Parts: sequence; structure tokens; C-alpha cells
Amino acid sequence: MHWLQMQSWSPYVVGAAMGVLSWFTFLLSDKYLSCSTTYARLSGMVERRLRGSVVEQKAFYRKTPLIVDWQFMFVIGIFIGAFLSAFLSDSLHLEMVPELWRQHFGDTPVLRFLVAFAGGVLMGIGSRWADGCTSGHAISGALQLAISSWIAVVFLFASGVIVAQLMY
Amino acid sequence: MSCLRRVAAETDPMLDRLHQHRRLQLLLGLLMGVLFGILLQKGGLTHYDVVLGQLLFRDWTVVKIMLSAIIVGAIGIFLLRSFGHVRLQPKPASLGGSAIGGIIFGAGLATLGYCPGTVTGAMGQGSYDALTGGFFGILVGAGLFAHFYPWLDKHILNKGRIQAQTFPELWGVSPWTLVLPMVLVMALLLWFIERFSG
Repeated sequence: MHWLQMQSWSPYVVGAAMGVLSWFTFLLSDKYLSCSTTYARLSGMVERRLRGSVVEQKAFYRKTPLIVDWQFMFVIGIFIGAFLSAFLSDSLHLEMVPELWRQHFGDTPVLRFLVAFAGGVLMGIGSRWADGCTSGHAISGALQLAISSWIAVVFLFASGVIVAQLMY
Repeated sequence: MSCLRRVAAETDPMLDRLHQHRRLQLLLGLLMGVLFGILLQKGGLTHYDVVLGQLLFRDWTVVKIMLSAIIVGAIGIFLLRSFGHVRLQPKPASLGGSAIGGIIFGAGLATLGYCPGTVTGAMGQGSYDALTGGFFGILVGAGLFAHFYPWLDKHILNKGRIQAQTFPELWGVSPWTLVLPMVLVMALLLWFIERFSG
């Protein structure tokens, strides 16, 4: 288990392993690597807690039922996997503000949390709008030569680069 | 090559049974998620600095990982498909959906620095902004979208609809005539990045 204690792996090893993992998601589960739909389901479940089963009648949740499915478990797995990976390599630590952010905008957590929250809202909207996220479109969709994914990736990357350049 | 070009209509009955086994699938989802989480963390993708570093063209980790994943993934998936073991699941494309959604998503990626996959991974490694900002933000955003979905679906999401779902379908060619050149171009790009940016 020596390699699990390493802080990081070569990006080519990581990428190739993700490619191999995607073979198995298709083969064994008839699924592709993707994450963002789970947030829509979870969001609907939270809203159902607050407002009752009327939420299930919304057009979007009739299309995307509020159930725990393969992808829901996959996203929980990511949390566990990243925790294990960080824990075993001794890189688990509570970080309030990322280093690059701190250099430019200072170490006030409140500002970082507000911007991160706004970014999260945009991402929650954008991933449903484009019907996929970085894993669903940029990896799984791109490798299937899906037109929707290549369009989304080009615009996603361009927009990300422009906003990042404006910020830094 | 003729067997590789054949598009299989049916999948393996044994695999079909496996796909329909709900509890086993939930377990498989969790296991594959754990593996993906380890890869994301070891690859550095759960770090804000790495993602922003890519958008600022200072750190090429994200592109290196994505291109290697696409190269290895595409070759395997299209081989498995040629033998009838998997089916593709492309999503329908439209400019109103894929392009505008991509722009909104990109702005979110640059400000948050995590994506829906890596935000849970970042939480797992202790990044506090991923939890307080990112995780709750994405939930709120997804809920807002669900709320306005009927209007968006009617007026924006289907604008500029493209009938074909994949490029081989659009151009009427065999997948391999695109997969092989794509893999080659991506490999060259990786070589170029490694050579000139380190």
C-alpha cells in the first residue's frame, strides 16, 4: 500500500486510470463517470423535507426522480476516496482559504466563502443547464465523441479562462 | 476491422442482469466512487490552486489528466462497443443548452475552483470553502434551475437543437475514423505540453 501513501501520482497515471475506470462503469454498470445530477436530486430531497411531497410534482423532478441511484452512491464514494487518499498520505488538513486565493485576496474566510458560494450557485445552474459537468461532459461525453459535450467543454473552458484572468 | 465496425444492437444477457441488480449497482457505484475520489485527490484535482492554475495557464495538470483519460477511455469504450459489450450514452446537443450552460458553468468553475465531482473530494481532504461555499452553493443553484426549468425548457434549452448526438453520426463516418485521429492529436498535444511547459 506504499503508493497510497504518496502525496500525488503522475497526471498521466491518474488520467489513464480514470480512462480504465470509465471502461468498467460502462461495462459493469451501464453508466458513465458523472456527478452533477446527484446535486439536483439532493437539492430536491432537501426541499421535499421542507415543503413536502408537492416538490416531486415539479416538472424537473418528474424527469429526474428524487431517488438514491448509482451516481448518488458514486458521489458519496468520492468523498470517502478523497478522504482516504488524503488521510493515508498525511495531507489531510483543514484549510479555510486556498493558497492562491490568500495571496491575492487575503485570508478572510468570509470573502472566500461568499465567492465560493456564488460560484457554487453558478455551477449548480450551469451543470443542469448544459446537462452535465466536468466529469460527465469533459471526460465521459468527450470520449464518446458526443456533440453536446464538445460544445459544452469549449464554452466551459473559454468562460473559465476569461473569468479566471479577470480575477487574477 | 469488419468486426470492429459492426454496431452491436444487443448487449450481453449476463451484463444486462448485472445492470438490473439494483443493490449490487449501488454498491458498485460506491466502490467506483471511492476509486475515482482517490484518483482525483492523488491527481491534485481536488485543489483550488491546481484548477485555477490551469485556467491561468500556469499549471497543466488538469489538461494532462483529462487528455490521458479521454485517450485511454475512448479506445477502450469503442473497442468494447465494437464487440457489443457496452452502449454509448451521449446527451442531446443544443446551443441554448450546451453552449450557454457551458458558459455559466465555466464562470462557476473559475470562482469556485471545484467542480461537482471534486467539491466532495475537496471536502474529504479538509477544504472548508468546498463545504460552506461550494457544496451548498451547488445545491441552491441546482434547486433554482429545477424551479425555473419549465420556462427555460420552453424558451432557451432547446434553441439551436442539433439532431445528431455524436460526431460519427453527424458526419456519417465510422467511429474509428474519428477516434484514431483524435487520440493521435491528443497524444501530440500532451507531448507538446510536456516539452514546452514542463
